[in-house]
Amino acid sequence: MSLSMSEQPTEPGIVLTEEQKRRRRARSLAIALSLGVLVLIVYIVTVVKLGPGVMSRPL
Amino acid sequence: MSLTSESVELTPVLPGPAGYAEPSMAGVGDYLALMKPRVMSLVVFTALVGLVVAPGHLHPVLAGFALLCIAIGAGAAGSLNMWYDADIDAVMSRTESRPVPAGRVLPGEALAFGMTLAVGSVAFLGLMVNWLAAGLLAFTIVFYAVIYTMWLKRSTPQNIVIGGAAGAFPPMIGWAAATGGIGLESILLFLIIFFWTPPHFWALSICRADEYARAGVPMLPVVAGMTETRRQILIYSLVLAPVGAAPWLLGYAGLAYGAAAILGGASMVALAWQLRQAPAGAAAEPVAKRLFTFSILYLFVLFAMLLVEHALGIEAVGIPFGRVIS
Repeated sequence: MSLSMSEQPTEPGIVLTEEQKRRRRARSLAIALSLGVLVLIVYIVTVVKLGPGVMSRPL
Repeated sequence: MSLTSESVELTPVLPGPAGYAEPSMAGVGDYLALMKPRVMSLVVFTALVGLVVAPGHLHPVLAGFALLCIAIGAGAAGSLNMWYDADIDAVMSRTESRPVPAGRVLPGEALAFGMTLAVGSVAFLGLMVNWLAAGLLAFTIVFYAVIYTMWLKRSTPQNIVIGGAAGAFPPMIGWAAATGGIGLESILLFLIIFFWTPPHFWALSICRADEYARAGVPMLPVVAGMTETRRQILIYSLVLAPVGAAPWLLGYAGLAYGAAAILGGASMVALAWQLRQAPAGAAAEPVAKRLFTFSILYLFVLFAMLLVEHALGIEAVGIPFGRVIS
């Protein structure tokens, strides 16, 4: 089906229900939390692995 | 003894592509379910035992990180399994409510989730711990997701025998993370889980044979019949009992472990014998369920005893603990 320039689509597209919005928000928060925890863990493990020497590198 | 599926024509009653909701209705819990948390807990526990009883020393933070990577890797394998097996899962009551067949998670989402976790867990384990452990983890994920799920599960009644190796690798990965090598004891731990898997899963499949047949999965009871399955369960239990006691017999564990292994192994054989002698048909199912439940307890107790003996510093009998083959 082709629409002429003067015809505008009347369908609003996909409109998320409140439940879908709630679940998407929960997923987004879970991803944000996971990434934050990952960064923290990698930081701690890096310090443990390299030891105090990580802070004393020649410039 | 027929152990191939050539002689039996299975006609699966599978639905079309798994239904899905658009846009996604997946909740955070659905993604956790994709990782098979119950399987993951067993993987973490056995990997922990491998890591703790190994002779090498790993900083507790690195050990915890290694366990996290192994757990995430197991979750990745579970997610890939649920992505590929959605059609089978949809026709079995035990699995029909899983996120993909139930339509809460799109198949593509499960695939992407599994691949991301797989690559991430292997890469971080390699970078932060060592590449032998990472390589074993990668092999385990590929073995479970590709060799078992995509190939063996649908093509041979030996699916869970060979595929069981995937579940047997975690203590070896834990050992490799701690030592950078592969020890004889880690191979023994591998063998215990390897020989434990057939009686454990076949006991379950005896109770679910109709569903496996409907799904077209050539499990042993479907292809070779109940009598042959019960005979095979007994044979594997007879092999498992001495293998379970091997860490004590070879001097890698103490008397408490030895006693638990002998008592547990004898009970496994007794239950398998009881199942073999049970009348055919539905009467055998309660015995199969008992064997299935006891097998979980048996494996847990064996590995827990190793952990407890090590924590309490109980001396192993005979050959000193921990030879490492690098």
